[in-house]
Amino acid sequence: MDFVAILGSAIQQALGPTAIIYCLAAIGLNVHFGYTGLLNFGQAGFMMVAGYAIACAVTIFASSLWLGVLVGLVLAALLALALGVPTLRLRADYLAIVTIASAEIIRQTIAAASFSEYFGGQDGVTDFIAGFRDANPYSGSVGIPGLFRWSAFDIWVMTVGWLLVAISCLIVFLLMRSPWGRVLKSIREDENAVRSLGKNVYAYKMQALVIGGIFGALAGFMVSLRSAAVGPSFFATDVTFFAYTVLLIGGAARVFGPVVGAIIFWFLITALGGFFSQATAGSDPLIPEAIMDPTQASLMRFIFLGLGLMLLMIFRPQGIFGDRRELAIDAR
Amino acid sequence: MIAVLALLAPAAAATASSPAAPLTTADAGSVCQAPERDESDPSIYIVGCLRDLREEPPAPVPGVGITLSDAEGNELAQAESDENGAFAVAIPGDPISALGKDYTVAVDEDTLPEGSGLRNPDDVEQTITVNTDSDQSVAFPIGDPLPGSAGGLTLALQLTVGGLVFSSLLAMAALGLSMIFGTTGLTNFSHGELITFGALVAFAVDGLPGQISIGGLNITVIVGVIAAFVVSAAFGWLNDAALWRPLRRRGTGIIAMMIVSIGLSIFLRNVFQYFAGAQSQNYSQYSAVTPIQVGPVQITLKEIAVFLVAVAVLLATTAFLKYTRTGKATRAVADNPALSAATGINVERVISIVWIGGAALAGLAGALLGVTQGFDYQIGFKLLLLVFAAVVLGGLGTIWGAIVGAFIIGTFTELTTLLVPAEFKFVGALLVLILVLLVRPQGLLGRAQRVG
Amino acid sequence: MPAETEPTLTKGGGTAAPAATRSAEARAALAGVEHEPGAKKPDPIVVAHGIRRQFGGLTAVDVEHLEIQKGVITALIGPNGAGKTTFFNLLTGFDRPNEGTWSFKGQALDKVPAYKVARMGMVRTFQLTKVLSRLTVIENMRVGATDQRGEGLLSAMFAWLWRGQEQDNTVKADELLERFLLHKKREDFAGSLSGGQRKLLEMARALMADPELVMLDEPMAGVNPALKQSLLGHVKSLREEGRTVLFVEHDMDMVRDISDWVVVMAQGKVVAEGPPHTVMSDQRVIDAYLGSHHDQDLSEDVEEQILAEAQAEIDAEHPEETK
Repeated sequence: MDFVAILGSAIQQALGPTAIIYCLAAIGLNVHFGYTGLLNFGQAGFMMVAGYAIACAVTIFASSLWLGVLVGLVLAALLALALGVPTLRLRADYLAIVTIASAEIIRQTIAAASFSEYFGGQDGVTDFIAGFRDANPYSGSVGIPGLFRWSAFDIWVMTVGWLLVAISCLIVFLLMRSPWGRVLKSIREDENAVRSLGKNVYAYKMQALVIGGIFGALAGFMVSLRSAAVGPSFFATDVTFFAYTVLLIGGAARVFGPVVGAIIFWFLITALGGFFSQATAGSDPLIPEAIMDPTQASLMRFIFLGLGLMLLMIFRPQGIFGDRRELAIDAR
Repeated sequence: MIAVLALLAPAAAATASSPAAPLTTADAGSVCQAPERDESDPSIYIVGCLRDLREEPPAPVPGVGITLSDAEGNELAQAESDENGAFAVAIPGDPISALGKDYTVAVDEDTLPEGSGLRNPDDVEQTITVNTDSDQSVAFPIGDPLPGSAGGLTLALQLTVGGLVFSSLLAMAALGLSMIFGTTGLTNFSHGELITFGALVAFAVDGLPGQISIGGLNITVIVGVIAAFVVSAAFGWLNDAALWRPLRRRGTGIIAMMIVSIGLSIFLRNVFQYFAGAQSQNYSQYSAVTPIQVGPVQITLKEIAVFLVAVAVLLATTAFLKYTRTGKATRAVADNPALSAATGINVERVISIVWIGGAALAGLAGALLGVTQGFDYQIGFKLLLLVFAAVVLGGLGTIWGAIVGAFIIGTFTELTTLLVPAEFKFVGALLVLILVLLVRPQGLLGRAQRVG
Repeated sequence: MPAETEPTLTKGGGTAAPAATRSAEARAALAGVEHEPGAKKPDPIVVAHGIRRQFGGLTAVDVEHLEIQKGVITALIGPNGAGKTTFFNLLTGFDRPNEGTWSFKGQALDKVPAYKVARMGMVRTFQLTKVLSRLTVIENMRVGATDQRGEGLLSAMFAWLWRGQEQDNTVKADELLERFLLHKKREDFAGSLSGGQRKLLEMARALMADPELVMLDEPMAGVNPALKQSLLGHVKSLREEGRTVLFVEHDMDMVRDISDWVVVMAQGKVVAEGPPHTVMSDQRVIDAYLGSHHDQDLSEDVEEQILAEAQAEIDAEHPEETK
């Protein structure tokens, strides 16, 4: 068992582009769920419209990535409005069902063969990030020899990504310490009380939904930039659930919760994946093939993930490092 | 690196496939003998076999014209089926340049024998993507010309029948979800896994060595379906006793429980895949059954049987809820748990029964789905949103609402294929869900006063 | 709202005397009012007419006419299921009647959402106290202030735009906390307060908005006797400040002690009105409380009706779930 290799790839993933994507998605969910109590189960949908927006801006309209960014942000905001209108006056679980359904509607529509001319069907869209690649100021690669290394492109993606994370965290911090953020937290506690104090609860929820969706859009941009491609399989329902796991690990309603959560999540997932993959590899594997073959080994991390999400929610809903008294979500 | 995201989405690719598609007679050409040809020819051939499936064994259909065109519609080559019904048509040009391109293979319908037609009229033209340099095969199942190809009304009738069969299964799953919601307030995102569990139990029984028979009649799969019902019931009890009851005792909030159910869903789905693999499975019996003609509609006997079983179970369940003491207690708890507890109803016992019943219904639905259309490790997960749509449409927590909602959603998804491509039928159903929430959030049969 | 509010309302101290005179005058004005349901008041702040709310087949509220006199304490009493809380919900916009018109300070409220009703100066509390559990007591208070610049999304990120106002609000909140004896709990989570303290906090929070009409839904429910006296004092002090108080209560001692006027509801209708001592001896009120059939045994029909009414009451308490 090569623990150094496992550690190396775990660190690489924990700080790399994938962690950034889930961090941004979880920052959005933090605004939705952590601060406002809105159960958005369709974050993947917000990511998808944004991811496809930059891809299609280049491939269909032959315009720049920047226009794609603008369109992506606008689309994410519109999606939030469209989801909010029918559901924000209803109970929490309706929003959950509608958002998860909408994300699937978007995904299946974009994946449809009927629209493959525009969105490439199941294959998705590629060849659109030349502009982003050309802007890369780095060359060579960075890393700790023998442990891990990032290519120049990875470093470029990470620079942009962590910058976005930093800006997002700053915005969340500034918003949540303000009276505006206080109203959101109050809505999470009891929206009727807030209404009785003269606040337009519906408008606040809508604003929160839009802002969280925009953070989701940033995550979507990062997906298409780092992969140099977008496809419907990048935005499956589970992506949202993993982002929730990230948020809960770091602790909901904390500014840096999503950052801490994303790093820990990807460290553990990669390490688990590496461990089981090595334990089943070779001619004389650690775990006999009769018990676990390499395909099954690749599932182990998801089995642990599901179990982890349950145990986290039951025993440490305040996050791994959180203080139970500061638990912001209704878990008890 | 790209693979990481893709790997994280194991559900992705398959989700778009239709849950209700009738089983196609896919391996109709498997016994087909390809025409002799020169092994040294490097060209990529499109091969296939034309067989009349009304005969037993299927009879070859010779002399049928086949046309190969490229993606732009330019005709490239032609061929004719030989005495074995087989044909082979080479893609002209360098095999390498053909890679990654789409080709269309079409049957000349005029050359089909009188009174025959393609089972599926949409199959007249099939598009093939060439990804490897090996030969590609294509199937054109031949049988009675589908009556619907002439009249839209007949096609609608055919789709309605298919939709009803599917709806009856959806209704069983929806009823379980709705009852669990009604009594515990839990929106259970792992309900889909209860469906899959049933399909897997039946598959496990089916996979036991030997076969189970009574008087020489092989009833392995029937026993499997019954086992799915019983073992799922036990699984439902276990779900409640090991997880949800302790959580209720702690006073866990419904949102927290919802997230726990998501964790459970991810956990179970991957455990299922661990043991059952990712591929689509069929039971050893009833996987390829020739449909019979009832009036203008084609239906298989197994579909009739499945429908009858499902309707009988639904009627039995509603009768149980309506007339028995326990059933009345269940409805009382769903209506107002606190008041029920105050009137001396043992709420925990009722919830336990609801979990047992709800999981049994879901498991049975899964096993029967497996019989009608096969299954894989995430069949329930793929169905979950349709189940939600049915339950919300009918009114969360109501009993009749879940059933009515399921029948509307189930037939609607099938009938939309009249107007839009089949790949959008899921999307249509989910749009209906959102529209209903906009207009009548309490659902069709929900009370206006209180949702839930 | 605050524009129309008398500037003297905020603090008890220096301006109490003229306010007290005003409320004494207002009470004196009630002397000439008929002791009949729907009686006209000389200076009504709330006028409700033909309000009907049905749940399914059951009529929970059916109020022909009701006026609430400005500057006095009016008690709304009645047996369980009389529709008091539903009526409260209707007046404050938390529920919508099937028909009827009602106004506050002469402005029709038919199409006004709950939050705007509150901004107009009609702030309510809830029977089941709604404190914001995982916010501190002082944050609970700050939420209560109206017209906060920092509550707009655009200005929220720029602290210099709202910091001054926030400090003013905090000063005001601290004064109210002091007055309501909650100052020691300032930094505690509201969820850690006792039931009585929550009632106090809810009332104090409502005052952050400087309401003209304070509507209290069972302020004494679940409050221990020691706190009751101070709560009574607080309600009285609201009147001395010139505010109008409408409260729902079951505690007859409290009703007798502090109210200037009593409205009795039974089965959704207003059955009696008048000063406390007159109303308490009114035959219609005794009938309402004991049931006009109180000399008969309860038949199954009646029992069922009572249960149905109880259900309607429960429904009415969750108006949000009804939409």
